[in-house]
Amino acid sequence: MSARDTDWEGVRLHVVTGKGGTGKTTVAAALALALASAGGKVLLMEVEGRQGIAQLFDCPPLPEGERKVAVAPGTPGRAGGDVYALAADPESALAEYLEMFYNLPRAGRALNRLGVVDFVTTIAPGLRDVLLTGKAAEATRRRAGRRRVYNAVVMDAPPTGRIARFLNVATEVSGLAKVGPIRGHADTVQSVIRSPQTAVHFVTVLEEMPVQETLDGIAELRGLSPGGLQLGGIMINMVRPVGLTDDQLTVAAAGRLDVHDLALGLKTAGIEDGNGPAENLDLAESLAAELTEHARAALAQREQRGLLAGAGQPCYELPLITDGMDLAGLYRLASALREQGAA
Amino acid sequence: MTPREKAPAGDVLGEVELRPRRLEVDRLLDDPRTRIIVCCGSGGVGKTTTAAALGLRAAERGRHVVVLTVDPARRLAQSMGLTSLDNTPRPVPPPDGHGDAGGSLHAMMLDMKRTFDEIVEAHSDPDRAAQILANPFYQSLSSSFAGTQEYMAMEKLGQLRRADEWDLIVVDTPPSRSALDFLDAPQRLSRFLDGRLIRLLTAPTRASGRAYLKVVNAGFGVFTGAVAKVLGTQLLRDVQTFVAAFDTMFGGFRERAEDTYRLLQTPGTAFLVIATPEPDALREASYFVERLSEDRMPLAGLILNRVHPSPAARLSAARSLAAAEALQAAGGNGNGGGGNGSRPEALNQALNGGAGDAGEAPRYSLAVTALRLHAERMQLAAAERRLAQRFTAAHPGVPTVRVPAQPEDVHDLAGLRIVGESFAAS
Repeated sequence: MSARDTDWEGVRLHVVTGKGGTGKTTVAAALALALASAGGKVLLMEVEGRQGIAQLFDCPPLPEGERKVAVAPGTPGRAGGDVYALAADPESALAEYLEMFYNLPRAGRALNRLGVVDFVTTIAPGLRDVLLTGKAAEATRRRAGRRRVYNAVVMDAPPTGRIARFLNVATEVSGLAKVGPIRGHADTVQSVIRSPQTAVHFVTVLEEMPVQETLDGIAELRGLSPGGLQLGGIMINMVRPVGLTDDQLTVAAAGRLDVHDLALGLKTAGIEDGNGPAENLDLAESLAAELTEHARAALAQREQRGLLAGAGQPCYELPLITDGMDLAGLYRLASALREQGAA
Repeated sequence: MTPREKAPAGDVLGEVELRPRRLEVDRLLDDPRTRIIVCCGSGGVGKTTTAAALGLRAAERGRHVVVLTVDPARRLAQSMGLTSLDNTPRPVPPPDGHGDAGGSLHAMMLDMKRTFDEIVEAHSDPDRAAQILANPFYQSLSSSFAGTQEYMAMEKLGQLRRADEWDLIVVDTPPSRSALDFLDAPQRLSRFLDGRLIRLLTAPTRASGRAYLKVVNAGFGVFTGAVAKVLGTQLLRDVQTFVAAFDTMFGGFRERAEDTYRLLQTPGTAFLVIATPEPDALREASYFVERLSEDRMPLAGLILNRVHPSPAARLSAARSLAAAEALQAAGGNGNGGGGNGSRPEALNQALNGGAGDAGEAPRYSLAVTALRLHAERMQLAAAERRLAQRFTAAHPGVPTVRVPAQPEDVHDLAGLRIVGESFAAS
């Protein structure tokens, strides 16, 4: 596609997972924008029926089917592409599937009315996953004439704790269906998911539990055999700048800051409430307490960052957006991803 | 500490600040009529830590507490002496010098499959139980059905309550994609097991062994036919044998789910909704509050975790930033990276206030950094307050307590105690 090198050249299905609360949907959307800024069309799909994409892009709930939600920022000499969004649900995926393989155009709808789809996906949870991953695989492979419809598909996938099972379609289904159409379908899906065209990215924040889950998830995917899944990058979300030298960090974390010196600094900066030196010392103490807390958090985060680095996958850092996540914030995250070579 | 000081005008976009009623956590924990506390909220908001901290605090205030957790972080679990997922309450060794109020603390991790297995074993003869436990469909249902974990958490809660060995049970709800799942899933599971469709699917089997095949062939088993087509006949047969073996337990299942649901509606139960000051978490919290009131479940209040109050709130973000810039212009460097060798000695002297050697980092670089960080923190606090205000405006009657963010993750009892203290402080 583009002339520049990215870490995931050749990957067309980006699966984005992460623990709840780490900003998985946000990062998936930013990745879609980043990929689309090279031009063409990128599909961003969610699979958990939460309408998280619509909330993020501040548009009405996504209807059935794919629709355009954003235009990506362009790159020098090139206009940005489009991001389309899809809220995939197993009901319509099953209807599509029945139509495609059994020529039963209305069967899906009828079954849906009876609550059968819900029932079937309940007694066979693996089926739900096959239908959803199947939809992603279909969009990835879809062509209009000789051209691919989407340059890339980004899937806002289930959380880290469920990702291996979700993607390990063939094995999950083989317990249910040893032969027959579902099995065949699962095998096709599997061939896309396990190809070099697919990569699984992990979103985390620099806290102990999300990092542990990320490492566990990576180990679990590595353990899948045979062939395994291609691991993608680790997207470290909501990173705050440290702003302290190592020496300052150590001193601050230990709570050994020179408060008088800080008070002097405040005075030099012209901060004086007219309440006398005692008041300024009090303010300095408060700021020192903030610095200490900040330094301790920074050191704890550094430890977590080290653990992530040990996983042997490329890490990308995304800044904390403090003033509310909107399209401008997504653009900022998208450009951070591009600058670091993730897209 | 000044977080309760009136915010300076214009700090919260010039709005009048709404103050929710304060949630009196200690009063709730001390009240002997409080028998069950349910911590709910969306994933990643600190439910487990909150539940553990509540349990510890209640125990230290004299209650006999059991904390039922579902999926604790490894080190948090270890801190409470939970090394394995063994589905039994284990005593948590009291930390030094704090066990003098006569209370006690137990904790357990839920093993949903084992809980399910135990119900099966308790309600059928050994042969039938073995048959059910070996059924592939049962295995998939008991380990991966989306509502099983919630159902089993409810079931375990009912068991603990009936055992009556503890006077307070604190429950941490499963990490589900939506906080509402905890209330819906048990009914979904029992409705599913007792449902029309499963009856329809299995009715022919009960009449005679393989009659359903005839039904399909006869052409009027559209439903069974479609199911068989998509899933294959093997799975269908597993479901049928499962249902046949499980038949006698269906009624009991529904009854138990309904019992526990009713238990949750009694005044001895207190729901605490947990959230962080983030849009998604607060949106979920809103849904949950509305749902609890619809279902007449007793809501005690909102615990707003990980807020960033500033001990220096009287210094506004704008002033702090302006001061940082002024100081930096005068020679301090926020990054501490630049050499100060080029700075005239006279200025150095002036900035040092005659303190002699300035060392490696430029003079006042720490003050510059402190001011910049403070400005950032004030902005964050303001954004958090706006979000919290939105919640309070929509649910003015919900008492709230704010829990400051801890710089490090909590993984020992001392850390849990600090969290517990912050419920009462501020």
